[in-house]
Amino acid sequence: MTLRVNDLKVYYQTLRGDVHALDGVTFDLADGEIMGLAGESGCGKTTLGKSLIRLDSRMRHIGGTIELDGKDVPIADEKAMVPLRYHEISLIPQYAMSALNPTRKIGRMINDLLRARGVRPADIADELKRRLELVGLDTDVLDRFPIELSGGMKQRVVMVMSTLLNPSLLIADEVTSALDVSTQRAVAESLVEFRDREYIKSMVFVTHDISLVYQMADTIMVMYAGHIVEKASASTIVNAPRHPYTQMLISALPEVGSTTEQGRLEGIPGTPPGLLNPPTGCRFKDRCPLAFAKCAERPPLVEIEPGHWAACWKTG
Amino acid sequence: MLELSHVHKVYRVGAFGGGRLRAVRDVSLKVESGEVVSLIGESGSGKSTLGKMVLGLFKPTSGVISFDGTDITTIRGHAARKAYYRRVQGVFQDPFSSFNPIFKADRVFEMIRSSYFPGTSDADWRERVLKAVGTVRLDPENVLGKYPHQLSGGQLQRLLIARALLLDVDLLVADEVISMLDASTRIDVLNLLADLKERGMAILFVTHDLSLGNYVSDRSVILRKGAIAEMGPTARVFENPLHPYSRHLLSCVPQLHRTWAEVDAEMKANPPEDIDLPVAPDEESAPLLEAEKGHFVGIDQG
Amino acid sequence: MSEIAGAPGTADAAGGPEPTTERKTSEVLHFAVRNPKLLIGLGIVLSLLLLGIIGPLFIEHGPNEYVGPKSQPPSGEYWLGTTSFGQDIWAQFVFGLRATFLIGVFGGGVAFVIGTTVGFVAGYKGGIVDEILNMLTNVVLVLPALVVLIVITAYLEVRGVFIQGVFIGLTSWPWAARAVRSQALSLSTRDYVDLARLSGRRTWRIITTEIAPNMSSYLVMSFILLFGGSILIAAGLDFIGLGPTNGVSLGLMLESAMKWSSLYLGMWWWFIPPGLGITAIVGSLYILNVGLDEVFNPKLREL
Repeated sequence: MTLRVNDLKVYYQTLRGDVHALDGVTFDLADGEIMGLAGESGCGKTTLGKSLIRLDSRMRHIGGTIELDGKDVPIADEKAMVPLRYHEISLIPQYAMSALNPTRKIGRMINDLLRARGVRPADIADELKRRLELVGLDTDVLDRFPIELSGGMKQRVVMVMSTLLNPSLLIADEVTSALDVSTQRAVAESLVEFRDREYIKSMVFVTHDISLVYQMADTIMVMYAGHIVEKASASTIVNAPRHPYTQMLISALPEVGSTTEQGRLEGIPGTPPGLLNPPTGCRFKDRCPLAFAKCAERPPLVEIEPGHWAACWKTG
Repeated sequence: MLELSHVHKVYRVGAFGGGRLRAVRDVSLKVESGEVVSLIGESGSGKSTLGKMVLGLFKPTSGVISFDGTDITTIRGHAARKAYYRRVQGVFQDPFSSFNPIFKADRVFEMIRSSYFPGTSDADWRERVLKAVGTVRLDPENVLGKYPHQLSGGQLQRLLIARALLLDVDLLVADEVISMLDASTRIDVLNLLADLKERGMAILFVTHDLSLGNYVSDRSVILRKGAIAEMGPTARVFENPLHPYSRHLLSCVPQLHRTWAEVDAEMKANPPEDIDLPVAPDEESAPLLEAEKGHFVGIDQG
Repeated sequence: MSEIAGAPGTADAAGGPEPTTERKTSEVLHFAVRNPKLLIGLGIVLSLLLLGIIGPLFIEHGPNEYVGPKSQPPSGEYWLGTTSFGQDIWAQFVFGLRATFLIGVFGGGVAFVIGTTVGFVAGYKGGIVDEILNMLTNVVLVLPALVVLIVITAYLEVRGVFIQGVFIGLTSWPWAARAVRSQALSLSTRDYVDLARLSGRRTWRIITTEIAPNMSSYLVMSFILLFGGSILIAAGLDFIGLGPTNGVSLGLMLESAMKWSSLYLGMWWWFIPPGLGITAIVGSLYILNVGLDEVFNPKLREL
């Protein structure tokens, strides 16, 4: 078991009170697993991704534990986390293209980063070149400034950079959302390749695009309003989802080839609840057609069949 | 109704405006009344520039954009522009940027009123607003009198569509209107556009997402680097893409029930026939070739 | 669609229905009352302003009248002492404060109006209008303003506070224009500005109702800086003898103090009050400005 997250709670502190962005999240990630983390904006997926590596100043660890390869990840302890980053856990941020310092050449930036992590750049130079070639970049990008690269190229540079020390866990946060479809495919396929070559052991791929994550992930975990609603293999989530939210979400997605003449798709009425004072019980109950009295209690995430977890009283 | 003929847009870039950036290259297309036309393209394809030129926010470098026979690039003066916007309106990509954050969201309706219906009585206007808000399936209680940040992106986009309804425009330019919305609400906005089409409104639907492009549209235009790569009835373009670029795009779109590997395998099993693409005689023009009735392919840009 | 990195998106989405103006105002106030720079700056400026407004009301004689014994150090009767001619320095000081604030209002006001108008029009219109206005701005910017002012004021026979303010304003607007232009340029690409155009709004209404309110904090800060700048320029002009004729100002006080050798005579009470006054006003205006910046700009807020 690579990653084990147990009842993790992370809140945002605001002037108006705590935002319960992540409210009791429990899941496991196996060796070699690529997990797609899907959900709508504000569901807590980005917060979960960040919580696994670095809490920013407004995020507060309320409870729960994270274990990576059997060792505790002390997420609330900024100092203790430093040696873990890059070596054990690495992140490709959402706006990786703006994460690069515009005044430094790529190569110098990578060297600085390695030195800061206690690694001699010379030891790893060959590997760096090999990996750049693997993602389809010329090694002369090292002598270029970020501004000379396209968005897709920058994204791939950041990808190589953040996996150079073979971290156990990689968190990719919406890494393809800003890219064009053709680049998107190339980047997604390189990420899978990284896993296949064991540069990384496992990956959490945060995205809002279920059809994209279906292309590359082994499992998909769907979040809603700070809770996990369902986790199962990618094909199960897409073809046989059990949680009403997942079902409605999947059926709301237009596909290449679907038209209004063939029958209209339906959205989900209503909006997600605010997380400043979240409702008790199942957070989807106000929009759920199946809701009944029991939904006032929070449904636990249970394994309804091997490898398929859902948090709904109706599926249990 | 709307006709673009050999429209070009060239930007001056770089220090002293020495460089040239060709954003739109020799685009000719038509939108008939009551028709939805999708402009599909990746970033840098010129799709948004085209939309903004139709809205008169940018001027084309050359070419004619005519609306019911009038060349809109020759519109001068405030009154004439106002008359044009009485019939043509736009909805933009970012709902949160479409509303001035310091005012209430329904101020967009008041602006329409003060510009176009100054004589309407309060009661009469309120009734019209309620009707338009109802048509876009919003609960007036929930949206009127609220500030933009209190509403969701989907609600804001629907308010903007309601705004166009108040004017009862003939043509709506919808520029990436759903790309910032969540999956569970974007389909509602798409359905709403289909409703508008049934009411006889023509829509120019600008999008980067192929799967959305064909859900509502009658005809699709695939743009690449400012020029038309392929144009035709939506069903034909998606079932039988002729331009290599269109095929490539379709093979890269993540689909919900087919993986990329399956799509690739299918392509390999039934390789599509290559057709001869038209050749551009110079750097500026981009001729189209009618491969089958109403289905055009454009130049190959490598 | 994509989640905003960090909390604001989450926090805003989570925000229940409550009026935003209230929220925004209270948020600004929350930080304002906790910002020592803002409070100190504002406190000093306001008390000096109050002194300039109220002080002269309690003085029966004119500031330049010869009322008392000559060269008196501060005493119970003459709080700040007298000049070598027997003028009451306290009276000169409070009248001078008033004049100094007036010059700030006139000079800063004129520069603000010209600068923001040029900036807004250039930023919003863009293209050739922008280029022409930008050129004009740059020309005025490189003019040696003080030299021009000296030449102009030297030719004027009667100089009042008002005229002086106007001329200072006419030469000090360019940087405000540049600052406003760059803001207006970025704001005018927002979709709601396009939407206002599509609603048949005229240019000036778009500028005044869509763009300007969204940079109000920026405008306030520009005005404060122009205000302080005008006071400094005026003090400089006064000091070299080109101040208001027959008037009184802190700069003029300094000038006469120097002219009549107060420094050599050890009459510190003559030159310290006006010098300190100018320093206090301008200095606290800048502190106030930094404080405002921290209040309005969330990135600079010290929690």
